[in-house]
Amino acid sequence: MIGGILSLELLVSALRMSVPLTFASLGGVFSERGGVVNIALEGIMLVGAFGAVVGTYFTNNPWIGLLTAMSFGFLIALIHAVVSITFRINQIISGTALNIMSAGLTTFLSRLIFKAAGSSPHIEGMVQWRFPGTNWQISPLIVIMFTVIIVSQIVIFRTRYGLRLRACGENPYAADSLGVNVIRMRYSGVLISGVLGGLGGAFLSLEHARVFVEGMTTGRGFIALAGMIFGRWTPLGSFSACFLFGLAEALRMRLEGFGIPTQFIQMIPYIVTMCVLIGVVGRAVAPAYDGIPFEK
Amino acid sequence: MLRRILINILAPFLAVLLAFSVGAIVIYILGENPFYVYKILLVNSVTKVDGWGYVLFNATPLIFSGLAVALAFKGGLFNIGVEGQIYIGAFACAWFGITFDVHPLIGIPLGLIFAMIFGGLWGVIAGYLKARFGAHEVINTIMLNFIAIALTNYLVNNPFKEPGQINPIPQTKELFSGSIIPRVYPLFNRIGINISPSVPLNYTFFIAILFCIVVWYFMEKTRWGYEIKAVGLNPRASRYGGINPNHIIILTMFLSGALGGLAGINDIMGYRHRFLDGFSRGTGFTGIAVALLGKNNPIGIVFASILFGILDRGALAMDVFTNTPRELIRVIQAIIIIFVAIGNEFIFRLLQRLERESE
Repeated sequence: MIGGILSLELLVSALRMSVPLTFASLGGVFSERGGVVNIALEGIMLVGAFGAVVGTYFTNNPWIGLLTAMSFGFLIALIHAVVSITFRINQIISGTALNIMSAGLTTFLSRLIFKAAGSSPHIEGMVQWRFPGTNWQISPLIVIMFTVIIVSQIVIFRTRYGLRLRACGENPYAADSLGVNVIRMRYSGVLISGVLGGLGGAFLSLEHARVFVEGMTTGRGFIALAGMIFGRWTPLGSFSACFLFGLAEALRMRLEGFGIPTQFIQMIPYIVTMCVLIGVVGRAVAPAYDGIPFEK
Repeated sequence: MLRRILINILAPFLAVLLAFSVGAIVIYILGENPFYVYKILLVNSVTKVDGWGYVLFNATPLIFSGLAVALAFKGGLFNIGVEGQIYIGAFACAWFGITFDVHPLIGIPLGLIFAMIFGGLWGVIAGYLKARFGAHEVINTIMLNFIAIALTNYLVNNPFKEPGQINPIPQTKELFSGSIIPRVYPLFNRIGINISPSVPLNYTFFIAILFCIVVWYFMEKTRWGYEIKAVGLNPRASRYGGINPNHIIILTMFLSGALGGLAGINDIMGYRHRFLDGFSRGTGFTGIAVALLGKNNPIGIVFASILFGILDRGALAMDVFTNTPRELIRVIQAIIIIFVAIGNEFIFRLLQRLERESE
C-alpha cells in the first residue's frame, strides 16, 4: 500500500495541486512585502477561476481565458488597493468584504451568462507542452509558475524595485523620507498580487476542473497565505511550503479510498501555519509595517 | 454629543443607501426596473407577519455573531474566527442534546452553556497564542476556522453520523426534546399575532435580545468590561493602570468565542434539532459586516441584523419573481461593508478635526 502511494505519480500530482497555491502565495509575498495584508486573495482566486472560464468560453482560446483571469484578479486587487491604501481602511475588513463580494459576483454573473445554477459548461483546457524528443507533457502554466518563482525571488531581493518595496513594508516612514513613493509602491505590490492570484485561480478552472463551479476555491486563498507565512515571505520559501501543502492534498485524495479519515490530513497546512506563527518550527516574522496603513 | 449620535446614525444609513444605488444601477443595466425588484424584495419580507417571522429568524444568529465580533473589536482584537467558533459551539451543543434526555428547564440552559464554553475555548486558543507568543489573532483565527470545519466534518461523518440516514448532507441524530427551543407561533397566535406554524422563528431570538442587554451591561457597567475597553484603546497605558493586558486578551477571546458559539443554537436547538455538516455558511463573516454597520453597539447590531435578515428573505423572492439572481444581495452586502468602513474613517477624521479646532 505504501509503495502504491509514494510514487513519482504522487509527486506529479502534488506539484499540480501546488500550482494554484503557489501563484496566489507569490502574490501574497508582493502585497505583504509592501506592507498590505491581502486576505482578499481567496476572492481574487475565485474571480480568476471564473474569468478563465468566461474568457475561454467566448473565444475558445485558453490563453485569452488566462488574460481575462489576470484582469479580473487585477480589478479586485485594485479595489483592495484603493480602499486600504488610499482610504486607509483596515485591510482585513476590506479583504473580508471583497471575499464576500467575489463569491456573490461570480455566482451572480455565472447565472446570468451560463443560465444555469451551480456550474458553467465544460471548456477546452490548455494544450499541454511536450518535452522535445520524449512523451512527457507539461502544462504551460507550470512552466510559467517556475519562471515567476525565479523572477520574483530576483526582483524582490536583487533589484532596486524589490528593495524599495521591502522598505515600504518594514518602515514606510523611513522609505518616504528617502524619497520613495510609498503609496505607489504599495499599489504595485497589491496589483501584482491580483494578477498572480488570478493566475492561480485560472489553473484551478482551466487545468484541474475545466469548468467553473460556484465557490470552487474552497479556502485555497487562505492556504496560499499560510504558505506565504510558512515560507517566510520569500518566493522560494512560499513555493516549498505550497508544494508541501500540495503533497498533503494529493495524499489526502489517495487515502480517501482506504477509509482513513482524511479530515486530519486536510488540517495539516493550518496546524503547521499556527506552529510557525508561534515559533515551534522556527519563527516567522512578518514585515514590521505589514497591515498598517501609511499616512503621510 | 448630539452631533456625534446623529453622525453615527446618519453614516450607516447613507452607506446602505449608496450600496442600494449601486445595486439599482446593476439591475438597470440588466434591463429590469430597480424599483420593481426592490419592491419585490420588500413586499415579501416586511409587509406580512410571516415575512417578519422569517426576517427575525434570519437575524437571530447574526445578532450573536455581530456581538461576538463587536466585543473583540472593543478589546482591540479582530476575531475573524467566529465561523469556527460557531461550528465548535454548535457541535458541543448538539452533542449535549443527543446525549442527555433531561427536562427542558435543565436541557435548554445547559445546551446554551455547552455552546458558550466550547465556542469560548475555541476562541481562547487564538487569544492564548496572542498573549503568550504575540502570534497575530487574524491568521490564527482563520486557520482555526478551517480546522473547526474539518473537525466537525469528521465528527458528523464518522462517530456521530445518524445511522441509516437518507439526507445527502451528513447529520447527527435528532436532539432529545429537552434541548429543543420551541417555536413562537403558539404564544403569538394566543396574543393575536397570526403567524403560521411553518415559520421557524423560535425563542432563540429573544435569547439574542437578552444577550444584547447583558453584553451592553457587561461592557458599560462592570470592571471587566471597562478593562477590556481600556486594553482595546491602549494596552500599554492599561498596564500602567494595573491591568494585565495578556489576561484581558484571553478573557476577550473567551467571551467573543462564547457569543460566537451561541450563533449556532438558532439552527441546532431552534430549527433543525440536529447538527448538519456545513450548516453555518458564513454567518461568522456576516457578523463582521453586522458589527461594522451597527458601530459595535448592541442596539445598532440588532438593527443591522434585521436589515441583513430582510435582505436574505427578500433575496429568495427576487429569485422567484424577477430575472435578477439573488446573489446581487451578497454583492450589495459587501458594498455596504466597504462604504460603512470608509464612512467611519471619514467621520473619525472629521470629529478629530472638529475637536482640534474647538480647543
